[in-house]
Amino acid sequence: MTDQELKEIMKPENIVYKKSGLLRDNIMHYCPGCSHGVTHKLIAEVIEELGIKEQTIGISPVGCSVFAYNYIDVDWQEAAHGRAPALATAVKRLLPDKYVFTYQGDGDLASIGAAEILHACNRGENIVCIFVNNAIYGMTGGQMAPTTLVGMKTATTPYGRNVDRNGYPMKITELIAQLPGTCYVTRQSVETPAAVRKTKQAIKKAFLNQKEKKGTSFIEVVSTCNSGWKIDPIKANKWMQEHMFKFYPLGDMKDSVKDDPESYKQYIE
Amino acid sequence: MTEEIIIAGFGGQGVLSMGKIIAYSGIMQDYEVCWMPSYGPEMRGGTANVTVIVSDKAISSPILHQFDTAIVLNQPSMDKFEAQVKPGGILIYDPNGITKPPTRKDIKVYKIDATEIAAKMGNVKIFNMIVLGAYLKVRPVVSLENVMKGLAKSIPARHHNLLPLNEEAIKIGGDNIIEVK
Amino acid sequence: MGELRLMKGNEVIAEAAIRAGVDGYFGYPITPQSEVMETLMIRKPWEETGMVVLQAESEVASINMVYGGASCGKKVMTSSSSPGYSLMQEGISYLAGAELPCVVVNVSRGGPGLGTIQPSQADYLQVTKGGGHGDYHVIALAPNSVQEMNDFVALAFDLAFKYRIPAVILSDGAIGQMMEKVELSDYVPRRTEEQIRKECGDWCTLGSNRHNVVTSLELDSTIMEERNVKLLKKYEEISKNEVRYEEYMTEDAEYLFVAFGSCSRICKKSIEMAREKGIKVGLFRPITLFPFPTQQLKALGQKMKGIMSVEMNAGQMVDDVRLAVECKVPVEFKGRNGGIIPSPDEVLEALEEKLVRK
Repeated sequence: MTDQELKEIMKPENIVYKKSGLLRDNIMHYCPGCSHGVTHKLIAEVIEELGIKEQTIGISPVGCSVFAYNYIDVDWQEAAHGRAPALATAVKRLLPDKYVFTYQGDGDLASIGAAEILHACNRGENIVCIFVNNAIYGMTGGQMAPTTLVGMKTATTPYGRNVDRNGYPMKITELIAQLPGTCYVTRQSVETPAAVRKTKQAIKKAFLNQKEKKGTSFIEVVSTCNSGWKIDPIKANKWMQEHMFKFYPLGDMKDSVKDDPESYKQYIE
Repeated sequence: MTEEIIIAGFGGQGVLSMGKIIAYSGIMQDYEVCWMPSYGPEMRGGTANVTVIVSDKAISSPILHQFDTAIVLNQPSMDKFEAQVKPGGILIYDPNGITKPPTRKDIKVYKIDATEIAAKMGNVKIFNMIVLGAYLKVRPVVSLENVMKGLAKSIPARHHNLLPLNEEAIKIGGDNIIEVK
Repeated sequence: MGELRLMKGNEVIAEAAIRAGVDGYFGYPITPQSEVMETLMIRKPWEETGMVVLQAESEVASINMVYGGASCGKKVMTSSSSPGYSLMQEGISYLAGAELPCVVVNVSRGGPGLGTIQPSQADYLQVTKGGGHGDYHVIALAPNSVQEMNDFVALAFDLAFKYRIPAVILSDGAIGQMMEKVELSDYVPRRTEEQIRKECGDWCTLGSNRHNVVTSLELDSTIMEERNVKLLKKYEEISKNEVRYEEYMTEDAEYLFVAFGSCSRICKKSIEMAREKGIKVGLFRPITLFPFPTQQLKALGQKMKGIMSVEMNAGQMVDDVRLAVECKVPVEFKGRNGGIIPSPDEVLEALEEKLVRK
């Protein structure tokens, strides 16, 4: 390709795709093939498209996405392990006109932070919760997570997860869908262009729900961890489709508004 | 002037609120006051006691083991606090339910049959006001006027219609206290 | 003259918070401090000043809600008692690491474990020497009256924001539960978002185009060390500027009680009794436990024949007293445990036995 041809291609009218203006220029620390990068991109795009950059506060977790704050250009708070929903609760209540979202992995949200996420969702905090579930602890080197499938090998289940020893994989999103404070609970993925588009729609809907004060919106993104799973990215996607989706089926679990408080009065009347 | 009081009895006898009224009355009289309750499970039906200090100087310790006056409304409190009255101090008790009356000779002992009087007046809730009246008769640390002001402060406005009844109970308590010799 | 009331220490914390223009309170019930949140819920400050009051699911959540609120530059606080304060240690370490201002009230009780609900000062070490992980301090104020429970709420917030540091009010069950006459502070309006941006805009996360990030994380050890050094400098600065203490009858004293909080009140009574017997004893009361009034105690203490640290614990502050006087003066200890408050008589007896008669 000649320089002239290259210049032609790079003309603004020829742009078919560009990086969200909200994605910072730092090089991401995520492994090639990791789902975090795409999920970050979608959040950045949604915030940009809604024009709410200067009204948005993100809460990052402990885990691989601990550095989420380095990549998306909004104000961020970095929470202690598992506590993001507690931070978000306070931020949203103190700043009810801002947009607040949490970003957590499976160890952070479903294990050490189980109490905080369940109670925030049960109170119906008007926030967006993004839950990236790759069934493993990535940051600490691939140990068993609450969502690790039975038989899955990890650093702490070297012979595969065993129910007698390790308990069952936790479908925390199903649990959260039962809570009256949630308005929108869905499980998505980002391994194909179609899936990416659906997840983006889900994230946008969640932020709009917050605008309309509908309750807690909760989006699980079933993800891969090719490093932790010790397979290459393409195989990881395939493995996820074949195994993870079977146990963690995709789709909406709830799409309405939080329960009407009036309907709870009957019990003491 | 410093008056250090312990009021002790069963939860529900109005021990803590009696202390609170004395403390509030003290404030009305420009005194320093301190009200220190026993707290915990005993509040819920067991024994309850409160230390009240009224003084014209800054109050040092809120916790005392020696008192100018002990107001004792049940036997467990008698067992505990008779010994803690300062020599020359005062012990006031309601004989109802007391199986072992006080024996000390170096203190002044008074009796107020508040349980019976309250029953006769047809309102057990004014029991503690009768005891308060009896106490104020022998230790007038605060004036009745200030007690009534304190009372108005320490009970909710919706119960202010009961103020005259309380005042009557205080007067009856004062008329019925008997020194035990 | 402000409004005079007869109130419990715990109730006053709530009232003082509303009047200090606090934006948010996040708490969890625990004896002997539950009246703080109960009073707030009765007062409904959200109708009056817009203050947020929330009963959290745990002390862990409470302190992390405080972290979230503090990160926004808001005036936020929590209160608890010893076991709950233990649970908050992780959060307090994060707050210290991220240099966030907040106020934590610990109406302490006896331990270890579930211990007792009766008053204790056995959290002295936990509050003054860290408690959580990492090199950090919090400012620790020790009220000894209901009036100081009122006064220290606003003071704690002032110091917290001045130095971007958590400030702890270390009280105990006795001061929390007792009622005294208190002159309430005047109302200070809550700060507007504009005011917060002006004061804290360079770091707080109110939503901005600045990409403000509140974090305690730094994986580069060279930079992390710089952060540690910055914190240590801040603690030095605080130690230089913010020492608070009280002296009582020390002018002619030959002996000295050192006591904080409830115990300082007991000691004052013991001093009244001692002076009737001709024993010249005074009191040195640290009001800030961190920064500890080391220099002030050194100057005074070295004139004494003997010093006695009086505490409701097994001897936690006594080491700081010994260090202050550089072991040049005999330092004895009198303590009670298990939620028992020493009586003025036994404190005086201990002084006579361990120091005067020697």
